[in-house]
Amino acid sequence: MGAEIDYPALAVFLFFFILVTVMGFVAAHWRRPKTLAHIDEWGLGGRQFGTWITWFLVGGDFYTAYTVIAVPALVYAVGAFGFFALPYTIIVFPFVFAVMPLLWKVARDNGYVTAGDVVHGRYNSRWLEIAVAVTGVIATMPYIALQLIGMAAAIHALGIPGEIPLIAAFLVLAVYTYSSGLRAPALIAFVKDAMIYIVVFAAIALIPLKLGGYHAVFDAADAAFKAKGSGGILLAPSQYVAYASLAFGSAMAAFMYPHTLTAIFASSGADTIRRNAMLLPAYTLLLGLLALLGYMGHAAGLKLTNNNDVVPLLFKTLFPGWFAGFAFAAIVIGALVPAAVMSIGASNLFTRNFWKPYVNPDITPAGEAKVAKITSTFVKIGALLVILFLPTQFALDLQLLGGLWILQTFPALIFGLFTNWFRAPGLLAGWATGFLGGTGLAWLDNFKPLHAFSYDGSKFAVYSGLLALAANILVAVLVTGLARAREKATPP
Amino acid sequence: MRPVWLLLLIPYVGLLWIPFYNRLTPDLFGFPFFYWYQLLFVPITSLLIYLVYRQVRDGR
Repeated sequence: MGAEIDYPALAVFLFFFILVTVMGFVAAHWRRPKTLAHIDEWGLGGRQFGTWITWFLVGGDFYTAYTVIAVPALVYAVGAFGFFALPYTIIVFPFVFAVMPLLWKVARDNGYVTAGDVVHGRYNSRWLEIAVAVTGVIATMPYIALQLIGMAAAIHALGIPGEIPLIAAFLVLAVYTYSSGLRAPALIAFVKDAMIYIVVFAAIALIPLKLGGYHAVFDAADAAFKAKGSGGILLAPSQYVAYASLAFGSAMAAFMYPHTLTAIFASSGADTIRRNAMLLPAYTLLLGLLALLGYMGHAAGLKLTNNNDVVPLLFKTLFPGWFAGFAFAAIVIGALVPAAVMSIGASNLFTRNFWKPYVNPDITPAGEAKVAKITSTFVKIGALLVILFLPTQFALDLQLLGGLWILQTFPALIFGLFTNWFRAPGLLAGWATGFLGGTGLAWLDNFKPLHAFSYDGSKFAVYSGLLALAANILVAVLVTGLARAREKATPP
Repeated sequence: MRPVWLLLLIPYVGLLWIPFYNRLTPDLFGFPFFYWYQLLFVPITSLLIYLVYRQVRDGR
């Protein structure tokens, strides 16, 4: 991309970046906690976020900056298939509506902060607890790294070369997350979401005008895919199962992540979550429209070396400098919110499900807050080092695996809300089967998330995470059956 | 469990059975059917959740 610095863009960008930095520090005083030295306050914002704050926080946290860059990039590259993010982010909400209020209630009634806490409370198994906690942390780390990729794409589009701005932005984030905890991303999410809404509505209203209307946009994309000989604006029959299984599997995995669960646990009540399940699809509409930017890239005739540049380059080509700067600021700030919540979620897991049981069982809530604060800084520095020193593809592969991994915690975390039938050894064996089997399957498939089958002459592919989950549940049922038979044979 | 909960299954059926909507026509405002059909499910899903919410919200 052009190395020339666009000064109006840079000025607008810096203004908004400084604004949210100040907000990040001020957040410590927002909705005045008696003390921030308690993990409920630092790590969950005091469990008091109402409908609007939760809406902005989950919106800012679930629809990440990486999404803003990667979904249009995928649509640009492969066409209709990239739209699986749309059904995914629709069908996730009936699930959230039905299940998350129950999980919230269990967490609030028992003072749980993490998924590991819930599982330990339910099954009284340290092994299952650590399995769930470790899965959460390693699934989140590459996700944080991806936010950095999103930030880097926007910063480079401003014409600033090198890694120093990225490092600086991330260190600023680390410092205010340390001091303000979950209140910082919750407050910044207001600015971030407002900016993203403005950018997307401007883009979907103005860009097609410049490119000759939506009809022309779809026609140009169709022509580009035909010329390329792959992809298309409709799905090929061999993609049906892949599209549906990716959408369904991703939807089931989405709220198993530490960052999404943190936002759920931080809300003020079960009804807050129910209302949010109803209102959050507004962001999905945004995501669907945003995905179309991939097709607009074709209509604008962009020549890209990297698909991830489609959104930044589109803004740079079609909008005046100051608005492009505004859009890039929105993307960078959009990365800060999820990165902050992810690092808080991961450090809550580390503190509650590793430090407390294994290092210092007598730790006070203030001590927990302190450990979590320090951990969150290490988590962020770790993600930064991954991006600076390892190939980008490594983070991308790991993030795809992360979705597969986190999905394997579903039975341990969710089944117990509805039935007493399962036993810890069964769920642990199921988790191990899904985790190792799924990782092996992904490795065989060259870290593509789809596993190909052919049946009766027709070919199709299924999301590996869902195959691993099926094996996971099967083993959990069989081993629980055995465990229960033994309980009956030897009454306690 | 009240039967009203079954409404929540509609988005799963409507969106996961691809042959329902993998086609170009009829188009709407220049959007092929594949795209506006899926986008239309956003407000439909919100509405369905609202209908269930009215029945189950706390304290009623």
